[in-house]
This record gives sequence, C-alpha cells and structure tokens, in this order.
Amino acid sequence: MRKVYLDANATTKVHPEVVKTMLPFFDQIYGNASSVHAFGRAAKKHLEESRAKVAALIKADSSDEIVFTSGGTESDNLAIKGAAFALKSKGNHIITSSVEHLAVLNTCKYLEKQGFRVTYLGVDEYGIINLDELKKSITTDTILITVMAANNETGTIMPVEEIGGIAKEKGITFHTDAVQYIGKGPFDVKKCGAHLVSISAHKINGPKGVGALYIKKGQKLEPTQQGGHHEKGRRAGTENVPGIVGLGKACEIALKEGEQNYAKIKNLKDKLFKRITSEIKQTKLNGHPEKCLPNTLNVSFNYLEGESIILSLDLEGIAVSTGSACTSGSLEPSHVLKSMGVDPLFAQGSVRFSLQIFNTDEDIDYVMEKLPPIIERLRKMSPVYKEE
Amino acid sequence: MEEYSEKVMEHFRNPRNVGEIENPSGRGKVGNPVCGDIMELYIKVDENDVITDAKFKTFGCGAAIASSSILTELVKGKTVEEARKISNKAVVEALGGLPKVKLHCSVLAEEALEKAIEDYYSKKKAS
Repeated sequence: MRKVYLDANATTKVHPEVVKTMLPFFDQIYGNASSVHAFGRAAKKHLEESRAKVAALIKADSSDEIVFTSGGTESDNLAIKGAAFALKSKGNHIITSSVEHLAVLNTCKYLEKQGFRVTYLGVDEYGIINLDELKKSITTDTILITVMAANNETGTIMPVEEIGGIAKEKGITFHTDAVQYIGKGPFDVKKCGAHLVSISAHKINGPKGVGALYIKKGQKLEPTQQGGHHEKGRRAGTENVPGIVGLGKACEIALKEGEQNYAKIKNLKDKLFKRITSEIKQTKLNGHPEKCLPNTLNVSFNYLEGESIILSLDLEGIAVSTGSACTSGSLEPSHVLKSMGVDPLFAQGSVRFSLQIFNTDEDIDYVMEKLPPIIERLRKMSPVYKEE
Repeated sequence: MEEYSEKVMEHFRNPRNVGEIENPSGRGKVGNPVCGDIMELYIKVDENDVITDAKFKTFGCGAAIASSSILTELVKGKTVEEARKISNKAVVEALGGLPKVKLHCSVLAEEALEKAIEDYYSKKKAS
C-alpha cells in the first residue's frame, strides 16, 4: 500500500543531508561544548557554525542573537515568560491572538495566574487579527505583544510586519511564534520588527527536540531554566549538539533551496485544492485563500466529522490531521476555527493537508483516488447530510 | 492517540445496518455538532414486541460509528424490554473496549436506544 505523508505541520521527515550531518556528533565529535579540552572545542566550533546558519536564515544581524532551545514550545515559553518577568516593573499587560498555538495560549494563561492581564484579540473569518483592534487594546501597561507568523491549522499568515511597526511605535516588545513560517517563506527579522522569534527544527526537516529563539540585542529576558551559564546565561543546559547541528543544516538547506522547494509544493497544494473543490461537493476552505503558507490546506467536508475522515484516509496509507473535537483530546473542537466563526457543524469536518518538500504529484493523484469515495461513504452514513 | 480495538476498526470499515427505516416503530436522535457526535437510531418492532430491524446513521468519529453499528446488532432479535437493559457497558464490551476518551460514544449509543424505545412506547400508547 502506498504511504503518503501530508501532516508536515505536525512534523516533517528529517532531510537525508541533515541526518548525515548529525551522525558524527553522536560518537565522534561528542564532547561537551563547554569543555576546555579538544573534544569540547571541536563540538563548540560546530555549535557556533550552526548558530550562524540559523541567524542567516532569518537575516539576523548577529549569531549572538540566536539562543538554542529544546524546540518551539520552549522558545515560546522563554520568550513570553522571559519578557513578562523581565519587564513586569514597566507593566503587566500582554496582548496576543485567540488563534495562537497552545504553547503561547497556555503560557499566557499561566501568566494570568501570576497576576498579568492578557488580551486575546479576535480574528476575522480568515483567521487574521484586526490591526486597529490591536492598536486600541494597547495601554500604558502593555509590555508584550505576541502574535504568530502563520497558523499551524489553517496556514493563514498574520501581518507581522505591520504588527512589528505598531509595536516599534509604542515601544513594546514583539514576539512572534514563527515555528510554522520560518523556512517556508522569506523572512527578514529586521523588516518584521520582532524582538523575539521562535523557531523549531522538526517543522523544517530537522530533528525533533531542538529549536531556537531569536533575541534581539538589548532585549531584556529572564531565563526560564536555571543552571549553568550556557548560551551566555540566557538558557542553561548542556547543548544538544547533534540536534543543533541538525537544525543548522536544515536552515542552510532552507536558505538555499527553500524558495524553489516551496514553489513546487504550492503547486501541488493548489492542484489538490482544485481537484477537491471540483470533484467533491459541499466543501469549504478554512483560512485565507492567498495569505497562506505554501504547504497548508485546511478544508471542511460539510456534514462529516473529521476523525472518521482521517481514520479512513489512514486505512489507505494517507496521513493528515483534523481540528475536530474527537481528536483534540479535550472534546472541544479547534479553538482556531471557533475564533474564525466557523459553524461547529462544519468545523468538525475540517481536514488539514500539510505538504512537505518530499511530496510529489503522484501523492496528490493517490489522495484524490481515495478521498472522494471516502467522503461519499461517510456522507451516506451521516444523519445531517443534505444533498444540494 | 490511543489505538482502537480490532472490533472497532472492523465496524468502522464495514458498519452494519446503515440507513433509515421508513415508518419506523421508534426513532431516537441524540447528540449535537458542538460535541462532534450525532446518532440517529431507527427500530422496527413486531406485534410480539420483538425488534425485527434496526438501522443507524451517525455523524461522528470511529468510535461513534462503531458504537452505533454494534448497537444495531445487539438489539436485533431482542424484545423491547430486553433491549432496554442494554447499557453503554455492553456496547463497550461488545466492541472489545474503547479508549477512555471515547467512552462517551458508547453512552450516546445507549441514549439513542433509550430515545428510540421511548418513541416506540409513546407511539404505541397513542395508537
């Protein structure tokens, strides 16, 4: 049975070049990068080279502005808690959006329990915040704005440059969770105006368990993890050199080949969308049709429930995901679709197809061979399906 | 995600008794789109109070579809009073178990049956 992986926003396959690059760092160049001896110095050299590669991908001024973490979630925690606690003498108000990843939302909820006040900006039907609403919600107490660069469920891209401009004007720290965006589109951290940017390796064909946080020079940040003086006192813990080298290589590949890879992927995504809408009735796109990641397609199959669709696709070897309540583990449907005002009946039938750079035309053809009969079968079973 | 049992997958791949019954003896619809589960159960009952046919339609996940499918198998051939005793536990057992987070699907199936039986009795009373 053919296996087709279309769940890149959950995680991606590690690029073969990345695997190759990482291997020597397990049993050949394995020193602790902080050690004085030659084993340590060798590891340190590669650590710093990787740091430069991450900085290059986002056009940071200096490698010093890159701190390595255990992934996107830690980067989000470090950015938001770090800024909040460092700046609490200036104010206690944080602004974010209602469609953020749980790593941001739950960190904000945690900070509310610590006495901070958080504004969760609503979004329009495409999942984009209103810039006027952002401006209006800024107070003299506001110390941090945190808004993602692109949404993991719908792929919708937020106006980060404009948000950065507003933050700069008001002298407020701006963090963006760019975990889904970095590597998939052009990103210039200075143009965007962000002081803090979260990056994750396993979203861009790097290994799991490693990520980075861009911290603009001069940005105050309290560490969230206490211990040794690693990362110039910003993030304690022996550096995961194999992982970091993997992240560096993934960034290097993204910088070199990202544009053409994602142009190809966008074509595949567009082809999939065109075929879905022409071959299957009563579907709805969730998210902005243009301001979207090149690899992400979130479609609702009306009158059906998402898990039954993805389970059926899984039986055919196809991997996708859904925002339905049944898979969230909490019995609540996607908070992202809810914030966008999607009718719960249609939100339940949402399926996210997120392509990675290894997907092919044949993958799309295979999906479109299997998907229409699956939808038909499930619709015959549905007590709420009305043929139009 | 916790794995589904083989029985659940079997009922998901090949659900039994999908459909509607015209002029059913009893009909029960439960659930709502916010929860992500809607089940509709139809029963046909003869003059001896025996359920001769049962059909279902379900908007829901694998566990919901499997629960309603196996429910139709469990009730067919039983008297209405016997069927009434079928609990969600019986549904779960018949399916070889359900992940903890999916137990509510079996509860919904039990509720659909309750409603269908209620409908049957109220129709009977009216006639």
